[in-house]
Amino acid sequence: MTDIETVSVKQTILGIETSCDETAAAVVVDGQHVLSSVVSSQVDLHARFGGVVPEIASRAHTDLITPVVAQALVEAGRNGGELSAVAATYGPGLVGSLLVGVSAAKALSLTWGVPFVGINHLEGHLYAGLLEEPDLSFPLVVLLVSGGHTMLVEMRGHGDYRLIGQTVDDAAGEAFDKVARYLDLGYPGGPIVDQLAALGDPEAIGFPRPMLNEGYDFSFSGLKTAVINHVRKNPDVSAEDVAASFQAAVVDVLLTKARRAAEEVGATAICLAGGVAANSELRERTLGYSVDSGMRAYVPSRSMCTDNAAMIAAAAWWRLNSDGPSPLDLGAEPGLRLAFAD
Amino acid sequence: MLILGIESATQQVGCAIGGHEGVLASAHSARGRRHAESLAPQMQFVLNQARVTIDEISVVAVDVGPGLYTGLRVGVSTAMATAFGLGVPMIGVSSLDLVAFPVRHTRRLIAAAIDARRGELFTAFYRQVPGGLQRVTEPHVVSPDDLFNELMAEGTECLVVGDGAIRYRAELSGISKVEVADESLAYPSAASLVALAHARALREEFVQPSEISPLYLRRPDAEANWSSRSVS
Ligand SMILES: [Zn+2]
Repeated sequence: MTDIETVSVKQTILGIETSCDETAAAVVVDGQHVLSSVVSSQVDLHARFGGVVPEIASRAHTDLITPVVAQALVEAGRNGGELSAVAATYGPGLVGSLLVGVSAAKALSLTWGVPFVGINHLEGHLYAGLLEEPDLSFPLVVLLVSGGHTMLVEMRGHGDYRLIGQTVDDAAGEAFDKVARYLDLGYPGGPIVDQLAALGDPEAIGFPRPMLNEGYDFSFSGLKTAVINHVRKNPDVSAEDVAASFQAAVVDVLLTKARRAAEEVGATAICLAGGVAANSELRERTLGYSVDSGMRAYVPSRSMCTDNAAMIAAAAWWRLNSDGPSPLDLGAEPGLRLAFAD
Repeated sequence: MLILGIESATQQVGCAIGGHEGVLASAHSARGRRHAESLAPQMQFVLNQARVTIDEISVVAVDVGPGLYTGLRVGVSTAMATAFGLGVPMIGVSSLDLVAFPVRHTRRLIAAAIDARRGELFTAFYRQVPGGLQRVTEPHVVSPDDLFNELMAEGTECLVVGDGAIRYRAELSGISKVEVADESLAYPSAASLVALAHARALREEFVQPSEISPLYLRRPDAEANWSSRSVS
């Protein structure tokens, strides 16, 4: 592995992210300085279906990818010839969506004669924190929570990860979506529940905290069922109270385990990552815990938690200097996993 | 003028380079449907074979479909990004025009038929005119039975070409005056793409990458289901 401290030439990387329903491109220097980060969300296209429709997502990515890349370059004040590499997410995600970003990135790398770097979307999320807070030091405990993933990762160094725990059923974001759908609140569930919860009492209903004291794995399926049962038995219950109490239960479980993990591994800080890390309650309570315990907590800006391409460019900077370019016959890997050490 | 042609609307993926001197190099592969893995290395290969550097390319042509959605998007995304990266214009050509092109010298009616999966075909009809082919129907989706009926109603000498024709060869061959073109002509070729694009480039029929969009001819299932649900 190359010691990244020895890389002295500034590396300007164009990152591309199309794994789900955001078409994103960003220009980042040395994995730290974001010159531009453009995210075109398709939320409105999928809202009436109550979830992301893969074929609609793929079509939208195809129409949006070139304009989004063009805008990222213009905002960064860079042209293709000034780039050091072009990176794209190649998994995990929706295969048809991933292929658009991977194809465009490989074509641009060929066109400009610069390396192509394929990036694991989850590694991108892990690097979002480091991007905004470059002096964070290892080991870090990262709580990665999104619509598709819920995991606690010990980041022991660049590219060196250990899986501490993960969900055994639904992802945290999925639980938010399902509860929102049951309560007929609309889509996407995360931000809607978050807003509604601000108006309710988090202690109104004592929802279960699944597996709170058992190990580091998570389970949200039972909690979602408890919410549904409660509303079925109490049809007049205030939606605000349900949202607030449900959210409090999710955050309790997430933070309790993250805290315990951070203390056990002697982490220098807890880092939040992923779309659910944009949740107000999780952000506030993580920062509150940091103040109380003296453990550093890092809560990236909301736009760095949700899917974006700056985090892909940041991870690519590390990967390029550690592993070199990816081959041009790289395809999309919808089921790609993060490589964990023991 | 050098044209890079990218074609991946069917189960085949191909790439060619050509211009005034004709086609300088081309490559195709058809193993499975791994378009995204094959296309960029194929572009490199074709550039090398033609002894052309990529910045000598002045136009990017692409097969815009109709065809298999995923392959189509790999080709279109690759072509748009290449044209954008080079700052050159594009020419979009339909896959149906491409399969009709090699049989353009026949005086018969030409029916291009591409396998649309789900028991359907993408099709368009063509006639020879001085200097080339004229498309006489817009590309559309049909059931095989509707196509058979259309051909029977025409009652004229007809050549059916494309992988859709191969798939329904037995039924098509049973219709009088209808012949199915050889299997070697079943897929759109990148060389045809470059040849057709060259003719259009001479007429300066260029578009910008942002104006290129795949020709799907069908709405996404979710949308189709949604509107039928709204009606009922
Ligand atoms: Zn994500």
